[in-house]
Amino acid sequence: MSIIKPTRRGVLRTGAIAGAGLAMPTIFTGSASAYMNEPTGSTVTLGFNVPQSGPYADEGADELRAYELAVEHLNGGGDGGMMNTFSSKELKGNGILGKKVEYVTGDTQTKADAARASAKSMIEKDGAIMITGGSSSGVAVAVQALCQEAGVIFMAGLTHSNDTTGKDKKANGFRHFFNSYMSGAALAPVLANAYGKDRKAYHLTADYNWGYTTEEAVRESTEAMGWETVNAVKTPLTQTDFSSYIAPVLQSDADVLVLNHYGGNMINSLTNAVQFGLRDKLVNGKNFEIIVPLYSRLMARGAGENVKGIFGSTNWHWSLQDEGSKAFVKSFGEKYGFPPSQAAHTTYCQTLLYADAAERAGTFNPCGIVEALEGFEFDGLGNGKTLYRAEDHQCFKDVLVVKGKENPTSEFDILEVVEVTPVAQVTYDANIAQMGGPDATLGDCNPGA
Amino acid sequence: MEAIVLQILNGLDKGSAYALIALGLTLIFGTLGVVNFAHGALFMIGAFCAVTLSKILTLSHVVIDATKKDFLGNPLKVEVPYIYDFLGESAGNVVIDWAVPLSILFAIPVMILIGFIMERGLIKHFYKRPHADQILVTFGLAIVMQEVIKYFYGANPIPTPAPDVFKGSFDFGAMLGFEANSIIYPYWRLVYFSFAAVIIGGVFAFLQFTTFGMVVRAGMADRETVGLLGINIDKRFTIMFGLAAAVAGLAGVMYTPINSPNYHMGMDFLVLSFVVVVVGGMGSLSGAVLAGFLLGILESFASMTVVLETLPGINQIIIYLVAIIVLLTRPRGLMGKAGVMEE
Repeated sequence: MSIIKPTRRGVLRTGAIAGAGLAMPTIFTGSASAYMNEPTGSTVTLGFNVPQSGPYADEGADELRAYELAVEHLNGGGDGGMMNTFSSKELKGNGILGKKVEYVTGDTQTKADAARASAKSMIEKDGAIMITGGSSSGVAVAVQALCQEAGVIFMAGLTHSNDTTGKDKKANGFRHFFNSYMSGAALAPVLANAYGKDRKAYHLTADYNWGYTTEEAVRESTEAMGWETVNAVKTPLTQTDFSSYIAPVLQSDADVLVLNHYGGNMINSLTNAVQFGLRDKLVNGKNFEIIVPLYSRLMARGAGENVKGIFGSTNWHWSLQDEGSKAFVKSFGEKYGFPPSQAAHTTYCQTLLYADAAERAGTFNPCGIVEALEGFEFDGLGNGKTLYRAEDHQCFKDVLVVKGKENPTSEFDILEVVEVTPVAQVTYDANIAQMGGPDATLGDCNPGA
Repeated sequence: MEAIVLQILNGLDKGSAYALIALGLTLIFGTLGVVNFAHGALFMIGAFCAVTLSKILTLSHVVIDATKKDFLGNPLKVEVPYIYDFLGESAGNVVIDWAVPLSILFAIPVMILIGFIMERGLIKHFYKRPHADQILVTFGLAIVMQEVIKYFYGANPIPTPAPDVFKGSFDFGAMLGFEANSIIYPYWRLVYFSFAAVIIGGVFAFLQFTTFGMVVRAGMADRETVGLLGINIDKRFTIMFGLAAAVAGLAGVMYTPINSPNYHMGMDFLVLSFVVVVVGGMGSLSGAVLAGFLLGILESFASMTVVLETLPGINQIIIYLVAIIVLLTRPRGLMGKAGVMEE
């Protein structure tokens, strides 16, 4: 009879190997299927990762409404919405590739780590084949990287930073929403027209990824047409009272204030700026003006009357009169009783675009989807003719320049479209410095398995 | 020079809010010995008293206007506030316009009631427990209150403007003989500062010149002896809790036009207010007020461009930096007394 005597070293070694095995995420271990989470039954699961708590919860709730509507339409329910106006006719209302669409939801809390954790759980536990959502660029970049590693497709929701499809672009990630560069390029001519070419701008910029790219984009495009940037100050993301940043603006000889802020930051900085009476001032013989590069109707509501007459840009607005927008507003409005936000619009489009790509590719394999979406041209989803560019997985479409409405007729009627900037004017080379230069690459698609 | 005056002014209104919250915190700590982490939530509830009152005042019935269309092409439903029916449109508009100042009357009873319920229903049971337990339970309570507000009002900030007469700003610089536009200051912030000064003065006068205040001060100094004299000090302390809640609530009500309130605003102020209390000296009311204004003004200075260029990031840490320096040189805070929280 032999007795196995455990030695200290042996125990340590075995423990280390077992530990390493346990610690290895199941995402990275192979499986028998051809790709990650290949659906084998009669259903396919999508993962909707939106902020359900935290400061962007209302925006997340609107995204979720749009996702639910899209799933209903894909499964043949409701009036079909934009499936009827979409230029691609592959979607028949019988799910995706004949499989009924089901979904799970996660709460990003607008925090990168929480968003990664919820996405990971939806991929590993719920078998989600695609992750979509987000209401912040920090979150989108983090989740996109996770999806790339895991081998699922990421269809970005509301994310406006250049980096999502610039410096941090990934082969498995796609963005329908527009970006900082496009906002700058669309706004600059309208601003020159309205306020003249001889202006001095003062930037207040939220101190994170999106703030930097937006400031850079607006500066470059306004300076190109003759404006001077007199100062740019970074403000902490957690700031609530902006008075100590706003008050010095008038001392600087600036006659335009650009607020590179979003969400609560935007509401507070704009409210403070109006309180300080900046818009009633005359500087250098000109009326002082304020600009908010990225508008969100849901957020603009929080600033109340202060948005009146202030220029900004937006991805989509419910008052558009093309067939796609009308169909979407109708089915969303009838189901929920109010018009959809731009966040709802982009997430609805992303779901349809994913489903259509799977139909055209004939597979859920991420590499098949990537191939189907790259260079895909479509129309009828509310933004006119649109291209999913192969080089960076960014949608190129017209951009809306909007202005806070002077006489709103309802609580939804806050913005008015002043110009639809044609896509040619906001198109850029994929290798420009703002997008991370030639070093930024998509890499290869990852099917996971 | 202009820049310095400007930042002092800016610091005053922020300092007013810190001072009012810290004053309440110190009152509760000094009387009941409880570290109340739900105090920021009381500030937030106060702000939502203003939101609630303006919602009540604009409570509407629907009139269908067939001449206009809504976003789906159906006849437009126009909401007409009930107050128009009672007072007529112009008087109704005046009342709605003054919703925030009117909310003071609404908030006082509501906040005192909430204070009573909190103290009698929950905090009373934690008097004998360690401070850590008190912090945990009141912090939990703050989260519950936040989530309740979020459930009813959503996560987005809700605009609650000041009355029209207080909108805009005045040129303070021109009054002092500086160049035009060099120092501008919004009217409402001046109102806020004056309001805070009145409240702070009122609380001090109440404690200093009334018999009730005298008993409370005696209780703060030596609870046991006051009890032995046959005075029901607990009852008075409950009233003080209600008073502290009302002070925080009023600070919140008047703050709404400065920044649109959201469910999270209490937490934004809470941590800073604690630092204010510690810097001022635990248990010292005048210390809390002094430190509130001091830190408010320092915070404003730290966000000046010149300062930021020399010391990047200083605006985010200045308050804590000052707290460290004060505690190293004066461990009891600026005006702290010996024997408080030192057992």
